[in-house]
Amino acid sequence: MDNAPLILLLLVGIVLLFGVGVVIVNRRRTQQPTPVATPPTPRIEAPPEPPVEEHAVEDVTVEEVTVEEVTVEPDVVAPPKKRFAKAAGIFTGAFAGVRAKDKITADTWNDLEETLLRADVGLGVTTSLLENLKTKVDKKEVTEPRGLIEALRADMTAQLSANARELTFDTGVKQPNIWLFVGVNGVGKTTTIGKVAFAQKSRGRDVLLAAGDTFRAAAGEQLETWAGRADVPVVRGSEGGDPSAVIFDAVQSAAARGCNLVLADTAGRLQNKTNLMEELKKVRRVAEKEAGTVTEVLLVIDATTGQNGLSQATQFAEATNVTGVVLTKLDGSAKGGIVFAIETQLGIPVKLVGLGETIEDLVPFDPEEYIRELFDSES
Amino acid sequence: MFDNLSSKFESILNKVRGRGRLTEADVDEVLGEIRAALLDADVNVSVARNVVARIREQAVGAELSKALDPGQQIVKIVNQELTAILGGETLKITYAGKPPTVVLMAGLQGSGKTTSAAKLARWFKSQGRQPLLVGADLQRPAAVEQLRTLGRQIDVPVFSEPGDPVNTATRGLAEARRIGRDVLIVDTAGRLSIDAELMDEIRRISDSVQPNYTFLVIDAMTGQDAVNTAEAFNATLEIDGVILSKLDGDARGGAALSVKEVIGKPIAFAATGEKIDAFEQFHPDRMAGRILGMGDMLTLIEQAEQVFEKEEAEAAAAKMFEGEFTLDDFLEQLQQVKKMGSISSIMGMLPGMPKEMKNAEIGDDQVKVTEAIIRSMTPDERRRPEIINGSRRVRIAKGSGTTVPDVNRLVKQFGEMQKMMKQMGGLAGKKAGKKGKAPKMNPVKMAKAMKQMGAGDLSGLGNLGPPGQPGLPGQKNPGAFPDFRDFR
Repeated sequence: MDNAPLILLLLVGIVLLFGVGVVIVNRRRTQQPTPVATPPTPRIEAPPEPPVEEHAVEDVTVEEVTVEEVTVEPDVVAPPKKRFAKAAGIFTGAFAGVRAKDKITADTWNDLEETLLRADVGLGVTTSLLENLKTKVDKKEVTEPRGLIEALRADMTAQLSANARELTFDTGVKQPNIWLFVGVNGVGKTTTIGKVAFAQKSRGRDVLLAAGDTFRAAAGEQLETWAGRADVPVVRGSEGGDPSAVIFDAVQSAAARGCNLVLADTAGRLQNKTNLMEELKKVRRVAEKEAGTVTEVLLVIDATTGQNGLSQATQFAEATNVTGVVLTKLDGSAKGGIVFAIETQLGIPVKLVGLGETIEDLVPFDPEEYIRELFDSES
Repeated sequence: MFDNLSSKFESILNKVRGRGRLTEADVDEVLGEIRAALLDADVNVSVARNVVARIREQAVGAELSKALDPGQQIVKIVNQELTAILGGETLKITYAGKPPTVVLMAGLQGSGKTTSAAKLARWFKSQGRQPLLVGADLQRPAAVEQLRTLGRQIDVPVFSEPGDPVNTATRGLAEARRIGRDVLIVDTAGRLSIDAELMDEIRRISDSVQPNYTFLVIDAMTGQDAVNTAEAFNATLEIDGVILSKLDGDARGGAALSVKEVIGKPIAFAATGEKIDAFEQFHPDRMAGRILGMGDMLTLIEQAEQVFEKEEAEAAAAKMFEGEFTLDDFLEQLQQVKKMGSISSIMGMLPGMPKEMKNAEIGDDQVKVTEAIIRSMTPDERRRPEIINGSRRVRIAKGSGTTVPDVNRLVKQFGEMQKMMKQMGGLAGKKAGKKGKAPKMNPVKMAKAMKQMGAGDLSGLGNLGPPGQPGLPGQKNPGAFPDFRDFR
């Protein structure tokens, strides 16, 4: 038996190298036209998911503008400001030191780099931000530390400015709207659903929850508690049952009752578990098989997550066509800097931010406020 | 994205290889890469700085070993350093003279306390103990229900009552004494380290049950903040050890290194899967390689053992080395490999994969292209790719939705792979003969040799095995494997 392991390893290596070798070359060759150059393989691959987002958003504006105008903002929550402020601080202290100097030195660059890294911005994004600043310094566009920080702030704001952050609710598609919540274990999916249910119900939508996490012990009970708090119905299956079936049933039930929004919970799964990601693809497919349209797939990410967040976003997006990110637990000491990489490299917008444990502690993501809190919390 | 330190090393070290001595500039460049790898793995910025400084000291001052080239020497130093930080003294669980032995679980929301509590209970049970679980997380809806369900699965009683968590914990302790359980595991609510009120609450829980062990549960995916959390909890509770959860993900887990370095407490356990028995005592040596992105061979071997039939795999390997490996065999093996997890995660664990492979974002979809081409061939073509002529090529390309050059490339690469594998088989035989082992080495024996060099200490990881012996694909045997980098 003890010979087998390395034979296996060798096999795996060779098989993999050969298996992907052709593709790598392919990718490189066809890079210009399409970023992800997977040649069509009609006989094997499942048909690609239809892109839901674009036409849905269009429809929304055409529909009942007054009621369905998609901004969750003002009515949902009391001032997030104070709680958010707890999350700030790192940038402030470090940048005060930078500002105090009157010259840009090697130390300045080191301080900036460390500060960004400490906020989990990551080496890649940090390096490109700083290189951009260095160019500005070389061109004498920026000459002193204070200006440098302002330029950094502008660049970081610009990185988060491009994306539409409204939650898509569309009355023009096959009803109900289905919002699917996905993510790794322990990020706060179930809690987030409870809060979203409350917010959406407050906006006058008929919400129904689907307890699609049939794996974790008592996940259904947890969701039920939130359903009670938000005063919305919940459809549950048996523990260990097929999540696709549970969500499908919930959607049928919602359609029958005339609910127009289904919030579907799913079990937490690590993005490198192929079979679980396949399960998720199926969940998404089956959810809108008859009634209902998936108009949002929200990836929930914990603000304490480090560089693995990018891998999470990449692989969940690949599996389920993620339309937005919910950044939870931002009321702690972590900054969630990984969202810069997620937004700039993958183009997935952060839509909601979790700031605490009560039902009202979920607010729309406001990039300017986020940046402001990072840069100058005391003001 | 899945940047790999060993491949970066390789390119730097290629420049200095054979020089016998590293200049300060060489060392700087290598250390820069090490720092980047540590940061990508979420090692805390300050910790990374200190680690790199220590490595520099050793690397510059080190006596040049005759056995290792300078590159290998640095790799060895780095590994020793990381293993030393992660390891050090291991946590030996001793049991209280007057039972029960009390264990307190603490951590942020969603770090995995409840699941870890149940896994730990199961572990104690496997050590012949009789644990009682206490559900003192009265905050999160259904947390106690979750613990009860898990308790039923592992046949461990669970105590909880609504109201105040401090009281619940105290009553749990009394209950353990009453029913004669010798280990008490108290699950608590997740809390932020900056929440003064809740931190005070857990301090009171701790005061009331006087734990023998307080474990901080940390998510392996945690970023820079792990250090703040660990420091805050350690200041409040005096942590005895860390439980690293969700280590079965593809996070490199640098948080483990940071926490160990900052609070100096050992990492006691690691959770390595969703199943309740996927929980083990921590292996510092494996973690060092993982943080550096140098692959995690042992984990990979374990995974491979689960999916491959031993005989089949040996037969396939034998065919490979004799140059009789067909495209059909390849397809079959590929199906097995795919069962092990996503392609990119397996790639991440294989040491010495070429850099291009690591950097390209390889999804499982992309392997399908290769599969599609092969599946569009007739059985005859799969056995003897040399019969594939122009018109067959067009047919295959059409059938697989690819182009003729794609098909060409695959056929050509397969031919080269066969040739190289044959060479490797032969090489292994010769080399082993010289060493006075079996004069002609069959694949099984060769695997043994590989095991010796692979599973020993990690010093050879950047450069698997002494020159001339078969390394893993993409390693430093030029010509031992078709180099896909050439087919641009």
